[in-house]
Amino acid sequence: MELVLFAGLAVVAGVAALLVVVQRHAVYSALFLIITMGALAGIYILLEAHFVWVIQVIVYAGAIMVLFLFVIMLLDIRREPNPWAPPDRARILVAVVLSLVLLVELGMAVGQRLMLSPAGGPDVAGGFGTTQTVGRLLFTDFLFPFEITSIILLVAMVGAMVLAKKHQ
Amino acid sequence: MRVPLEAYLFLSAFLFAVGVIGVATRRNALIIFMSIELMLNAVNLTFLAFARFLHSMDGQIFVFFVMVVAAAEVVVGLAIIIAIYRNRETVDVAELNLLKW
Repeated sequence: MELVLFAGLAVVAGVAALLVVVQRHAVYSALFLIITMGALAGIYILLEAHFVWVIQVIVYAGAIMVLFLFVIMLLDIRREPNPWAPPDRARILVAVVLSLVLLVELGMAVGQRLMLSPAGGPDVAGGFGTTQTVGRLLFTDFLFPFEITSIILLVAMVGAMVLAKKHQ
Repeated sequence: MRVPLEAYLFLSAFLFAVGVIGVATRRNALIIFMSIELMLNAVNLTFLAFARFLHSMDGQIFVFFVMVVAAAEVVVGLAIIIAIYRNRETVDVAELNLLKW
């Protein structure tokens, strides 16, 4: 059952990811990326990452991608010119070939017998991945990085407001 | 039957490679940015897969921080793209050639 769910979600995520990078309109790319993130959230459930998949749906698909869509519609982008015209075609072919080489190399690295728990390995502890566990860890072992992230967000907000301000 | 670790890792590698294709191939700055987000999601999947199979919560905490940093990066990056659009009326990266000699 878990295998069927994973296979379905993986196919959705993979196909949607491919469609993200081949669309001519930016809006379609953003919508396919939302689908990819939704499929990944489903896979995160299979990985016992309960806090993370909720954050993925709320923050990644629900805030970051909405921000992308706002900016795409604000900037009124035209259709991208035909990528098979000669100056771009060579670059695209080289990029695709090199990316396929990267994929093959990563596949070979993954295919090594990883000597970790086999397919029928022991299950995880009761509170693995729950909000309580993540919250407790964030406020004890990972307190310092957690406070730093609040500063990161503050700096990002101030920076964005300064950069995007209309200068009269 | 449990899904093996290699399946998650191969899906993550595939998503990462698709993100690399997007960054290297497209001319629209927004789609390049979305491909970067795709790569970040692939790395999140790797972290969570290893966290699950090594029974360690460290991977999930790190994914939390990756998401926070990705959010901050998207905010600043889109503000930069808006500023570029205001000045040059385009988001085509082929036209951003002020540093070319």
